[in-house]
Amino acid sequence: MNIRELNNNHSLNQDKNIRMLEIKDLHVSVEGQEILKGINLSVGAGELHALMGPNGSGKSTLAQVLAGRDIYQVTAGEVLFEGRDLLALTPEVRARKGLFLSFQYPVVISGVNNIYLLQAALNARRKERGEEALDAVDFLALVRNRLQAVQMDESFLYRPVNEGFSGGEKKRNEILQMLILEPILAILDETDSGLDIDALKIVAEGINNFRTPQRSFLVITHYQRLLGYVEPDWVHVISEGRIVKTGGPELAHELEERGYGWLQGGQPDVTIKAAIGP
Amino acid sequence: MTSDRQTIDSITSQEYKYGFVTDIEQETIPPGLSEAVVRLISSKKEEPDFMLQWRLKAYRRFVQLQADNKEPHWAKAEYEPIDYQAISYYSAPKDTPELSSLDEVDPKLLETYTKLGISLLEQKRLTGVAVDAVFDSVSVATTFKDALAEVGVIFCPFSEAVQKHPELVEKYLGSVVPYTDNFFATLNSAVFSDGSFVYIPKGVRCPMELSTYFRMNAAKTGQFERTLIIADQGSYVSYLEGCTAPMRDENQLHAAVVELIALDDAEIKYSTVQNWYPGDKNGVGGIYNFVTKRGACRGVNSKISWTQVETGSAITWKYPSCILQGDNSIGEFYSVALTNNYQQADTGTKMIHLGKNTRSTIISKGISAGHGQNTYRGQVKIMPGATGARNYSQCDSLLVGDQCGAHTFPDIDVRNSSARMEHEATTTRIGEDQIFYCRQRGLSTEEAVSMIVNGFCRDIFRKLPMEFAVEAQKLLELSLEGSVG
Ligand SMILES: Nc1ncnc2c1ncn2[C@@H]1O[C@H](COP(=O)(O)OP(=O)(O)OP(=O)(O)O)[C@@H](O)[C@H]1O
Ligand SMILES: [Mg+2]
Repeated sequence: MNIRELNNNHSLNQDKNIRMLEIKDLHVSVEGQEILKGINLSVGAGELHALMGPNGSGKSTLAQVLAGRDIYQVTAGEVLFEGRDLLALTPEVRARKGLFLSFQYPVVISGVNNIYLLQAALNARRKERGEEALDAVDFLALVRNRLQAVQMDESFLYRPVNEGFSGGEKKRNEILQMLILEPILAILDETDSGLDIDALKIVAEGINNFRTPQRSFLVITHYQRLLGYVEPDWVHVISEGRIVKTGGPELAHELEERGYGWLQGGQPDVTIKAAIGP
Repeated sequence: MTSDRQTIDSITSQEYKYGFVTDIEQETIPPGLSEAVVRLISSKKEEPDFMLQWRLKAYRRFVQLQADNKEPHWAKAEYEPIDYQAISYYSAPKDTPELSSLDEVDPKLLETYTKLGISLLEQKRLTGVAVDAVFDSVSVATTFKDALAEVGVIFCPFSEAVQKHPELVEKYLGSVVPYTDNFFATLNSAVFSDGSFVYIPKGVRCPMELSTYFRMNAAKTGQFERTLIIADQGSYVSYLEGCTAPMRDENQLHAAVVELIALDDAEIKYSTVQNWYPGDKNGVGGIYNFVTKRGACRGVNSKISWTQVETGSAITWKYPSCILQGDNSIGEFYSVALTNNYQQADTGTKMIHLGKNTRSTIISKGISAGHGQNTYRGQVKIMPGATGARNYSQCDSLLVGDQCGAHTFPDIDVRNSSARMEHEATTTRIGEDQIFYCRQRGLSTEEAVSMIVNGFCRDIFRKLPMEFAVEAQKLLELSLEGSVG
């Protein structure tokens, strides 16, 4: 089978008016403490949004809630994914429908080879799309092709999921999974953190080649560097559980210069600036 | 974390697939244990005198052990005292005359085994597995006897071996597990009813897998089978046993004894897939599986390998062991034990090194889910004469949820300084984060758990004969069903 064929987008999103993701006044608590305090965000098909903000501001919380992590309680608000109620779906159904989360901290699963998880995941996704499971030959051909895209050695396939992977290898492995699963909405939580310069370029290129007019991205990052390679349509700043500023790519530059303090009404905060690095 | 807990807590009841009762006329003697009962069993089986005398010695010993309060309670398992007078020690389907072919077997019995996925009919030949089916106290059918007889392999019910090959039985019975060995072995020696007997002659590689299928059917009966396998010089055999029982509210006792003897250059591979009824999700009912299994590597270069997948029984108490007498002999123990709901398993092995350059390998994988308790108990003993002995032990525990427990009691006793010992142990819990990660990749919770558990057990499943490996994997999935929300 032709690998290209897999690139066909099976999204239901033919209607230009339906947004890929629509978050309306989302409030989220964990252990009784409110973390997200009314998030509003709308991502159209084919758009790439960057989400920036200080440590602890709620970026990962948002990503995890979108993926369906049930340790977080949604206390108010609504999320639509291609016009459907996202919060009503189980995490696995969200995934099968094309929502992908690249974890800030990918999880180790001992005893399970990377390739088993990949195959099970792809088959679940294909089943949802009404496609048959790939046979071993086609599957391996696809995986090899994607391995090349992220310049990972085949030996990673036969190692337990993330076990003993270096920080950067884990992140590349997340991108490998993304390229194989072909989501329509990819949420990348600090996928650039921990990558060396070459790996950053590889990952950025992987994302760029993966962009289509239908596929959307929500890219969480602390650094302008990634956004230098992967041009965002919009940049949002989250602070203390609220989106406090939205702008174009130039906003990321400005944040790099000035930090986050000025957005909260005060002077750029030196400590935050130090924390987010160059 | 409430939702996390809910996921792992919400145990839905999973029906035990093999829990049906066969409605067949059975002859069951009244409950109770006495010398008369022992004599009755022996006479029903038309045993030679040596067999009766052996039983009676065991019976007298058992009475003494009971009087001295010697029922063992050191295992990490809790249960109400067993009333040995409330158990019936013999139950058999009525009308079991000498059968000359399977066509004569009661269709209801054949149907029972078909329901259990074991076809006793000859088409089974395709898979190359010869089956001995033991229904409560008697063997109801043994397939492929003729094909095996051609190469001199004896594979028959124990009761038949006592009559047709008394010299072999008398020579080897009790030579590995004497009737004095332990409380339950003593009881078994007095009242054992049937089981399988295997003899592989010199230099013969048994042409097919041999398999015994044990089925408990009658209520309030105990099953006390006895298996004896002798691999003569240079021979090889692979043997598999499987077990199921109907669902009943009361506990049933299963106290078996298995003895293996490997002579010079012989190899015995013994695999068990144990799926006795485990009790319901509240811990009511289920089988008490108190079993003594031991192999003697009597000859030089001999090898005995135990592989077990234990998913059933309310309580499991078994330690398949190897006595490595012959120089260069090898003992292996590969185990997966799963406890879910309120099951308790206390299992492991003993490797006793006597000969020079003897080697043993122990790989134990314990999985606990629900409120299950899983204990590994192992002993490695290197005796003074065992120069150059080696042991490798690996003992891994996997916890599903936070209500279950895993315990490890390794005992190492080295009396020869040239011994090389390695021991590794790990405990891991299937975390909520791992399950979420898999779900984010599109797997359901159960798919995620079964993928992780299968990965954990893969090394052991590889040791099983092909067709049983698949069976074992399915069984594990079934036993885990409902262990996480
Ligand atoms: N499971 C949890 N239990 C308790 N507090 C939590 C939990 N998850 C998140 N929090 C808290 O919520 C806040 C937001 O955390 P979150 O991980 O979303 O921040 P972030 O913006 O991703 O930060 P970073 O840039 O450091 O990754 C933090 O104060 C964090 O401690
Ligand atoms: Mg974060």
